Amino acid sequence: MKNRLKVLRAERDWTQSDLAERLEISRQSVNAIETGRYDPSLPLAFRIADLFDLAIEAIFSQGE
Amino acid sequence: MGILGSVKGPQRRYTIRLFSLMAMYLASLIIAERYLDRAEPVTGMLAYILALMPALPVIAIFWAFGRLLVETTDEYQRLLLIRQTLVATALSMATATGWGFLENYDLVPHIPAFYWAVLWFFGLGVGALINRLTLGDSGSCA
Repeated sequence: MKNRLKVLRAERDWTQSDLAERLEISRQSVNAIETGRYDPSLPLAFRIADLFDLAIEAIFSQGE
Repeated sequence: MGILGSVKGPQRRYTIRLFSLMAMYLASLIIAERYLDRAEPVTGMLAYILALMPALPVIAIFWAFGRLLVETTDEYQRLLLIRQTLVATALSMATATGWGFLENYDLVPHIPAFYWAVLWFFGLGVGALINRLTLGDSGSCA
């Protein structure tokens, strides 16, 4: 899956650690998701979407 | 800052459990050696109990690792740990199976079975290395 996490994070001027803290996950996890090495579970995807006040499909999309 | 200074949450609890169990293992091994590995060793039920005493903390390390998996709420970290576990299990069980057949035909010397547990723990390290090479993260437990 592709995602816009890095862009959304940059728009808010958040570091990976800031985002990790807000999502209550590790910075490693944020990095793995941003770089496409790990696709989050549906519950985590919802938490990410809620945090950015967007729909999941506005953040994640099909493709490499 | 102590050895646990930068370690938090489930990893911290695991490390404390691991070191406690290793201390218990060493203590029970010293006791077992003292009473069983001598000219006139203890016999009967007490011998079985003494011989099994060092095994219990080692068995408990498997429990501690299980607790680490359960208590790790970060799903990516848990994925790394599970991958490590799969590598460790595959390595130790495959080696034990192969060695067992070689031993059966007298092609290799006998190895005490507890070494397969040791190999499993070594396999966690191999799993961390594979995580590092394939995902770029080694996880937090090796």
